[in-house]
Amino acid sequence: MKRSVLLEGQKFQITIQRLCHQLVENHADFSDSVVIGIQPRGIYLGRRIVDELKQIQGITSVPYGELDITFFRDDFRRKDSGPLVPSSTSIDFIVEGKKVILMDDVLWTGRTIRAAMDALQAFGRPAKIELLVLVDRRFSRQLPIEPDYIGIQVDSIDSQKVAVSWKEVDTHDRIILLTEKAS
Amino acid sequence: MTASSRQISTRHLLGIKDLTEDDIQLIFETAGNFKDVLNRPIKKVPSLRDITIANVFFENSTRTRLSFELAEKRLSADVVNFAASSSSVSKGETLIDTVNNILAMKVDMIVMRHPYPGAGVFLSRHVDAQLVNAGDGAHEHPTQALLDAFSIRERYGDVAGRKIAIIGDILHSRVALSNILCLRKLGAEVMVCGPTTLIPKYISSLGVKVTYNLLEALQWCDVANMLRIQLERQDIAYFPSLREYSMLYGLNKQLLDSLDKEITIMHPGPINRGVEITTDVADSHHSIILDQVENGVAIRMAVLYLLAGKRG
Repeated sequence: MKRSVLLEGQKFQITIQRLCHQLVENHADFSDSVVIGIQPRGIYLGRRIVDELKQIQGITSVPYGELDITFFRDDFRRKDSGPLVPSSTSIDFIVEGKKVILMDDVLWTGRTIRAAMDALQAFGRPAKIELLVLVDRRFSRQLPIEPDYIGIQVDSIDSQKVAVSWKEVDTHDRIILLTEKAS
Repeated sequence: MTASSRQISTRHLLGIKDLTEDDIQLIFETAGNFKDVLNRPIKKVPSLRDITIANVFFENSTRTRLSFELAEKRLSADVVNFAASSSSVSKGETLIDTVNNILAMKVDMIVMRHPYPGAGVFLSRHVDAQLVNAGDGAHEHPTQALLDAFSIRERYGDVAGRKIAIIGDILHSRVALSNILCLRKLGAEVMVCGPTTLIPKYISSLGVKVTYNLLEALQWCDVANMLRIQLERQDIAYFPSLREYSMLYGLNKQLLDSLDKEITIMHPGPINRGVEITTDVADSHHSIILDQVENGVAIRMAVLYLLAGKRG
């Protein structure tokens, strides 16, 4: 397995900060907006962004929730490994009439985001849904879904994997491209 | 994209006997997630939208059948209901023929209640569908045991180490057997209590304590699970009268107040008020009878969801 680092250290931090400032351009003080991290790995991005946003002047609170989309997936039962075990959903506000920013670490086929939009309906009808991703795997979409905010863009093939690690849980902030070695 | 995936080890749910402790914990964790879903304004997820489930009931039921049907509908499955009393079974059709006819109409899963012990096991060997046992005679009632243990876990945080007394008609009760197996697998201590005639002779081989004295059982336990006297399964008289049974084994307020601790009261339903339990106890804050019913839907959703994941 070949591992190449796409982003780490200070550059990782700069990317996160850039995403925050892009959000502030569109959402000002977040009085009408909510941030939702998608389980299981999008929540670390969501939590980090919310923490960083609070450092920016004029933003006191950002409504934040975590959404599990397991029961809404369309590939349930199509994986060899059996059903996916759900994580928890914690959204203690309704999204009715709000601008929702969905956050996930890696955007690949777009199926997770489709399921997330489906799952979100149980919490009301948002005025708008936007999508923020840390890594956009370009040209690999299976659905017409595109992100509004992008950390980095990567050209990759299906057999490769993109892994994001977070210092809160994996000791380092790092984005890695994993390539299966040709045998 | 990296969601962890675990699987239940069986293709059917015929009894607690076939489940491992990991299976039970997986069912509990999944049920916890479904309980969250049930408390949302929109109580429905699309997980089983391509699955058709037949509820085949050869014996009467209100709670279990309604609970399964709600669980199925909240998972977006298509549901058909079948009651033996209004079917061709009364014209002499065999069980396998009845079920194969239902399956020929492209049904994927069968939830079955049957008066004969082992009916589910028998059927699972002869038909090509996934089976969920919703009670087979005096044998097993796995989803009831799971929801009972889940309710205990919810009340106390963990089942292991808890003391549970099962009181009443142990001999004819599928709830008792499934509960004993489930609670023992989870590391709880179990005691059964009832008249000598209603306690099976070799029950202690399942690793349970036995007593014939209600007060002793209540003083020992954290949780008392009160069972109904199953008159419909009693072909001979096992005790002189219901009135006498009620005096010796009925749980009432005075008895509960005489204990030096708080215990939790459970009942799988249907309750015979004034026989095994008095109204003031059944409706008191000790009772978690309605929590059991609420948890039943979440547990059944978890079981159906996990079994559906075993489909090819």
